[in-house]
Amino acid sequence: MRYFSLGDTAVVVEFDTVIGSSSHEKVRLLSLYLDQYPFLGMIEYIPAFTTVTVFYDPFVLRYAEAEAELERAVSQVEHLSLKQKARTVEIPVCYGGEFGPDLEDVASHNGLTAEEVVRIHSGGEYLVYMIGFAPGFPYLGGMSERIAAPRRSSPRLSIPAGTVGIAGMQTGVYPIETPGGWQLIGRTPVPLFRPDRNPPTLLMAGDVIRFRPITQDEYENWEGDIVCVSG
Amino acid sequence: MCIRVKKPGLLTTVQDTGRFGLQKYGVLASGAMDTMALRLANLLAGNEEQAAALEITLLGPALVFEKATLVALAGGNLSPAVDGMPIPLWRPVYIPAGSTLTFGGAVSGCRTYLAVAGGICVPDVMESRSTYLRAGIGGFHGRALQAGDVLKTGESTGWLKAPSDEAVVLPWGVSHELRPVYEENPVLRVVRGPEFECFAEESKQKFWKEPFRVTPQSDRMGYRLADVSLELTEPLEMVSSAVSFGTIQVPPEGNPIVLLADRQTAGGYPRIAQIISVDLPLIAQVKPGGYVRFEEVSLEEAQALYVKREFDMKQFKQGLTLQVR
Repeated sequence: MRYFSLGDTAVVVEFDTVIGSSSHEKVRLLSLYLDQYPFLGMIEYIPAFTTVTVFYDPFVLRYAEAEAELERAVSQVEHLSLKQKARTVEIPVCYGGEFGPDLEDVASHNGLTAEEVVRIHSGGEYLVYMIGFAPGFPYLGGMSERIAAPRRSSPRLSIPAGTVGIAGMQTGVYPIETPGGWQLIGRTPVPLFRPDRNPPTLLMAGDVIRFRPITQDEYENWEGDIVCVSG
Repeated sequence: MCIRVKKPGLLTTVQDTGRFGLQKYGVLASGAMDTMALRLANLLAGNEEQAAALEITLLGPALVFEKATLVALAGGNLSPAVDGMPIPLWRPVYIPAGSTLTFGGAVSGCRTYLAVAGGICVPDVMESRSTYLRAGIGGFHGRALQAGDVLKTGESTGWLKAPSDEAVVLPWGVSHELRPVYEENPVLRVVRGPEFECFAEESKQKFWKEPFRVTPQSDRMGYRLADVSLELTEPLEMVSSAVSFGTIQVPPEGNPIVLLADRQTAGGYPRIAQIISVDLPLIAQVKPGGYVRFEEVSLEEAQALYVKREFDMKQFKQGLTLQVR
């Protein structure tokens, strides 16, 4: 574990340098603690895979004081473990067709059929390690190596919101329309970014998500919200 | 009280000091590129410093004021004029009903901020009035202004009630000590980034010595720099982590990117350095094609400069309350 500065307004605690479940748990515990007990001068924090970065106002406290405050917060959660059970969220996905134009490519790259890719992708459980890059974009862990596929050689200029993609060993869902180089395998009718709600995003770090295949008809007539299987 | 947009200009958006507290959900901070200019323009117009104002980029708009109002401009000088009469920046200006505010050539910088008494009235989205262009939310319908748009302004708490048929420039404003000094090719002070030591010795030397060109592929999200390529000592397996306004990250091809107001919340590229807070207005005003150089300062020095600036801002605010008594 080490502490360092990010510019003149942020202090970082790094629990590890590689992604793992123990640093993930520490990031979550510290996040929950900072939500409840922000220190004086703290503006906000950004949790990531193995780090928590806390932004502060140098007019209120200097780096050494901010680091001491963060150390104190870390010491409060160091010996705790998460009691709260992870929330499991089910995300409906219409695979293939116009929503997943690269499904066949992902299948042939791995010597599988499209149906097998869907079965493997929707058969797994994924841990949301962090939210970032775009509002509500989940960095997921847990995708099967059997459906891994390289990024497209030329990125698309615009990928519609809700699109589910694969890049290397990663899978994820684009919450807003964005350019990108991922292989697109399907789309969800459920908005991941909801600016009129608090919090404004569907998913949170620590959630476990499952993808459930739906038909194009179900996609088009989707009216429900997400289904929390547990938690 | 309304402002009618006759011509939108190149990129005119509603911005405030930013959207904070939601970066943990991946929601970008957005906000003004030059927050000092925005804050000062607001104070001159009698607003809270974080009120919503217009950020005007390079080619300014033509705006018709349907009712008399007090405004203030600050930031880059894009030759503002009211009904053809040039008006200064950094001072309150009374604009009579029916007049048109236009802009000409860029004399210095590339972004100017227009604050109007009462602020620009747009709905709060996630506790900010900043336009978040990529998600299409906040500000004026989540987008840049277009011809025909009508902006509502808040109730003026302004300090000039004297009616006049002509624009009146008030005889006071922001002192030179408090204004950022914009240069076409500025030297920007930085502190070392978390991955500074991972760069090759020669690249570190080049980083301090060479001028970097700001390419046309630069926007509110970030400035892409060219002409100097930086290398790591050895390939680095990085795990994505937070970035902030002023972070200088270096993708594998070697050309640095300076992250600005519309930066993403996290990134996975090595962070060689971070522009200090007080120098962020300087990079925000560099035009594509300009050159920047970097100079190292200590973290203690950066924070001392920040504290001094905020202290000066507090003094300025106090002075303003005396001015209008």
